[in-house]
Amino acid sequence: MSQMDLPPYATTGQRIWHYSFLVICGLIFFFLIAPILVIIPLSFNAENFFTFTPGMLAFDPEAYSLKHYKDFFTNPDWQQALVNSVRIAPVATIISVSLGTLAAIGLSQDHVPFRRAIMAILISPMIVPLIISAAGMYFFYSRIGLQGTYIGVVLAHAALGIPFVIITVTATLVGFDRSLTRAAANMGADPMTTFFRVQMPLILPGVISGGLFAFITSFDEVVVVLFVGSAKQQTLPWQMFTGLREQISPTILAVATILVVISIGLLTTVEVLRRRSERLRGMSPG
Amino acid sequence: MSDATDTGPVLAADGRPLKRSLQRALRAEKLRALALIAPLLIFILVTFIAPIADMLFRSVENEIVSDTLPRTTLALDGWDHKSGQIPSEDVFAAFTYDLVAAAERKQHTRLGTRLNYEMTGISSLFRKTGRRVDDFGELYMDQFVDLDPAWVEPATWVTLFADPAWISSFEDWQAGDRKDATRPQPLFVASDTLGTILPETTDSYTEFARVAQTVNADSPLEETPWAPVYEALYRDLSRADSAAIAALEGPARTLLAPAQAAVAGFRTETLSDLYIDVDKDWGDPEVWATIQAFTPKYTAGYFLNAVDLQQTADGIAVQPEDQRIYFLLFKRTMFMSMMIMGSCVLLGYPIAYLLSNLSLRASNLLLILVLLPFWASLLVRTSAWKVLLQQQGVINDVLVWLGLVDDGHRLVMINNQFGTIVAMTHILLPFMILPLYSVMKTIPHTYVRAAKSLGATNWTAFWRVYFPQSVPGIGAGCILVFILSIGYYITPELVGGTTGTFISNRIAYHISSSLNWGLAAALGAILLAVVLILYWAYDRLVGIDNVSLG
Amino acid sequence: MKLKNILLTTGAALIAAPMAFAQDMADSMTLVSWGGAYQKSQIDAYSDPYKAMHEGLEVVWDESSNEAVAKLRAMNEAGNITWDLVDVVASDAIRLCDEGLAMEYDPDELLAPAPDGTPASEDFGDLIVSDCFIPQIVYSTTFGYRTDLVGDTPPSTVCDVFDLEKYPGKRSLEKRPINNMEWALYCDGVAKDEIYDVLETEEGQARAFAKLDTIKDDVIWWSAGADTPQLLADGEVVMGSTYNGRLFSLIEEQKQPVAMLWDMQVFDLDGWIIPTGLSDERLARVKDFVYYATDTQRLADQAKYISYGPARASSAPLVGKHAELGIEMGPHMPTDPANAKNTLLYNYEWWADYRDDLDAKFQSWLAQ
Repeated sequence: MSQMDLPPYATTGQRIWHYSFLVICGLIFFFLIAPILVIIPLSFNAENFFTFTPGMLAFDPEAYSLKHYKDFFTNPDWQQALVNSVRIAPVATIISVSLGTLAAIGLSQDHVPFRRAIMAILISPMIVPLIISAAGMYFFYSRIGLQGTYIGVVLAHAALGIPFVIITVTATLVGFDRSLTRAAANMGADPMTTFFRVQMPLILPGVISGGLFAFITSFDEVVVVLFVGSAKQQTLPWQMFTGLREQISPTILAVATILVVISIGLLTTVEVLRRRSERLRGMSPG
Repeated sequence: MSDATDTGPVLAADGRPLKRSLQRALRAEKLRALALIAPLLIFILVTFIAPIADMLFRSVENEIVSDTLPRTTLALDGWDHKSGQIPSEDVFAAFTYDLVAAAERKQHTRLGTRLNYEMTGISSLFRKTGRRVDDFGELYMDQFVDLDPAWVEPATWVTLFADPAWISSFEDWQAGDRKDATRPQPLFVASDTLGTILPETTDSYTEFARVAQTVNADSPLEETPWAPVYEALYRDLSRADSAAIAALEGPARTLLAPAQAAVAGFRTETLSDLYIDVDKDWGDPEVWATIQAFTPKYTAGYFLNAVDLQQTADGIAVQPEDQRIYFLLFKRTMFMSMMIMGSCVLLGYPIAYLLSNLSLRASNLLLILVLLPFWASLLVRTSAWKVLLQQQGVINDVLVWLGLVDDGHRLVMINNQFGTIVAMTHILLPFMILPLYSVMKTIPHTYVRAAKSLGATNWTAFWRVYFPQSVPGIGAGCILVFILSIGYYITPELVGGTTGTFISNRIAYHISSSLNWGLAAALGAILLAVVLILYWAYDRLVGIDNVSLG
Repeated sequence: MKLKNILLTTGAALIAAPMAFAQDMADSMTLVSWGGAYQKSQIDAYSDPYKAMHEGLEVVWDESSNEAVAKLRAMNEAGNITWDLVDVVASDAIRLCDEGLAMEYDPDELLAPAPDGTPASEDFGDLIVSDCFIPQIVYSTTFGYRTDLVGDTPPSTVCDVFDLEKYPGKRSLEKRPINNMEWALYCDGVAKDEIYDVLETEEGQARAFAKLDTIKDDVIWWSAGADTPQLLADGEVVMGSTYNGRLFSLIEEQKQPVAMLWDMQVFDLDGWIIPTGLSDERLARVKDFVYYATDTQRLADQAKYISYGPARASSAPLVGKHAELGIEMGPHMPTDPANAKNTLLYNYEWWADYRDDLDAKFQSWLAQ
């Protein structure tokens, strides 16, 4: 039941306002996706610049090519960057999600001493300006021998992803009915069983959503990896960054197009999961 | 369940008083909560908080001056920079001993770079002088050697100045495998006997011997000291008590007594003249005042620089007008973050309102549109804005084609503040929409309907009933967007030009280009303080728990 | 023992090739360079052939030359050097050498002599600007202009950059005082050999800024090497400064309507430094590689892929045709006599002193 439908008795003024509101919203949505609309055609550019050539505007097939996609799939640098990103992001995500979920559950208990301070510390990777985090980690990790190592980058990215997990999981826990765990305990389930069989399925959407944010944080992160990583940890965003700085090539746009397509897939998955969990929640009391 | 029928304290099932039992349960609950939080807390403290603290410490740390110039630091204590005179020969001598060792260790240019932040020209002054300083004292060296060729022999110096215990351990070391890296040379130790009579010589020779051992892996037995040690010997001998030298025994007396008798007749030179000969700037008391001002181990200098002030020998002064930039940059960072925040509210509010009023199915579909750019690489989105906004870009092309803009007067929309604001509004908009949406979802429509049925116009119903309930969402979104935008770096770098860059860009510049890490840390500390105040306000006003990301 | 040492050293000197250490060389090395076409020219000209000669050798490229000084400093603080050979511009090499972060070397021992037997120190000559710097190429920062946007009289001197009436439109300049201040003073009438003397004074600096003020509103400031080529290709700017190799690629490889303006090009050097603190095996490997990678033929080969002049005098006659385009590379070199009629040499020493100061002033000027 949508609130946006016009009632049949709306006046002309209301109608005008209603439709202009929808137009404004349409324009804002256009603003949101305009860059993506630019990226996709440019990635098929036959030239090596970020420019709409006259040929492209005339829809001349000659002006379009798949060469930047070919470059992405054949260039060892890009392939290595892809491998590195795929090696780093999931591991960082697993660390953030597992530690973050535990801590969020801990924080949601009734009596947590120093709750505010702890929360501030756990959220800090999101609020500290990235350049400060990057520089600090760079100096500190150098000193303890983590700079330029796979572990160093994974730890740094895990730290950056944690606030998202904390925020989303805490938000789901606010609506969590605690009598469910008590009921489970009452019926003889041990804490582990209670957690995995009762609590986990209900907060799962929050965990997944937080995990996806943590994943994309690592997958799209360039400042920290530039400082903490070395050549062997060159990720996709890093490769894009050097690509933009040193030699502009629409291969970057081809990569972005591929990523957009993948993220549409991911977002759809989340949406399906969310609908499923809404159903599950619908069954839960309260 | 408890059998609390009797008098006395209420007992729990196990027979303990209920109060204590509850306390225990509470404590256990607290502990369990902490145990759940602890792994992450430790993780964040180690991987994140410690690095930040370490970084911020650099903003006050200034050990380089006193570590590199320990003797000069002491000697300058008695010098008054207001005298308008250059320091005494003693200071120049101390500086020579420091500088020659620093040059050999290649630390002098690092120090020069550090002091060059405070006074232009010191960098080359140190570099130039570092190349020449090991000749200072050559005049005396030649005269000592003319007097007795033994003075050029490394063995003479070791015999005179080394501690006998060190000599024997050094001989042990020499007897073994000298290439074995696990057996370092025993570090030179001076004997006490001459330490009191010839303090400067003992000190500077020790420095020389240790540098020879550690930097060049040479044996003091095979190296003739550098010239400044002879300078020290001359200075010591001209002041030493002749009775004390006469009381010495063995080679010390046979070498030193005639030398002391001869120094009075030596040709002399003043060190300050040698320095001024290398570069006239050494005659400028300002240079020495700068060194003196930065001898303490901790300095506020970087913080002062970060707010367009500078520390001079006479206290704190304002930077010359043409070098003031940070205050402007902080102001601009604030202003632009506000603009970005404002545009996010303007654009985000209608979208959030629309989303919260549509059916769940439709709103979730539209939410994908909101999140989609959020998931496309930041770098790519920024580049796309470049393509859109530049003068030969898509938007200008369309405007020219529509005839709205003359081809000769295409709009300048990038490489300025406008470009940064547009690109960053786009990037941060989801951070505004999501919290707004999560708040608006919870606002019951019945209130608005009630208001309308009581005769309110649409506008009144919205403004007096709906809007106030959405304010927490606006607050949450605003502070989130503001905090995130104030620290942005990549986007302003790519589209900001000269007027659209943030303080973060300057921090990055100082970290990777100018290598003024102290100033970068000070700027970072100020920025962080601003963010923390905002966070605190946010937590107070909204509560950090009330942020929801979709 | 001493005698043995002496024998060993003279022996090594006689063989004059690092082959003596061949048995204990590391089987992996990390080279640091700039990425892009330049790094590719290095890979094609020396790293791939070298790898072909040494089976099982792993070569890792790190595109961090831009942050080389900062990163080496941090590595040195931490006592953990992960790089084996670093490509830097000469001014950075001087900084690194000054701070003891780069290793001093003896050119005649480390580097191969020219084919005619001229020792390396003479073959490279003055280009060894620091005891740690192993020169590879001479490049220049100069201007390119859109041939279709400048009318019938293309710009012929650097001062046309400052002439908004003759050449209206935007120009791109690097976002730092270096080079721009010199060009500004030169075009304000200061004789070439007095530029740095004038720039040393407050009035001189004010004069340079005043000259830059005349075009400030029409300048797009760049900070990454790829910016000016992109801006020229888009037609966003009429002319812009960048590295000559970028312009070559834009003109000859990408066939854009752009031409070179060589007048008052600023020469600079780029080369290797070996970080201090490498283990013996890694050092032996790096020395072996550098000996090969900087010999006369290899440096001449590099010019097949990119239009930068080889740093050895003996390589110049061997410079041939571009590997893919098949055009003569000689006339595209910044050092070609036709291009080098009026040039400026970057004054490393001077900028080491005035960099912090002028940079603060420059940034403050920009921000206003």
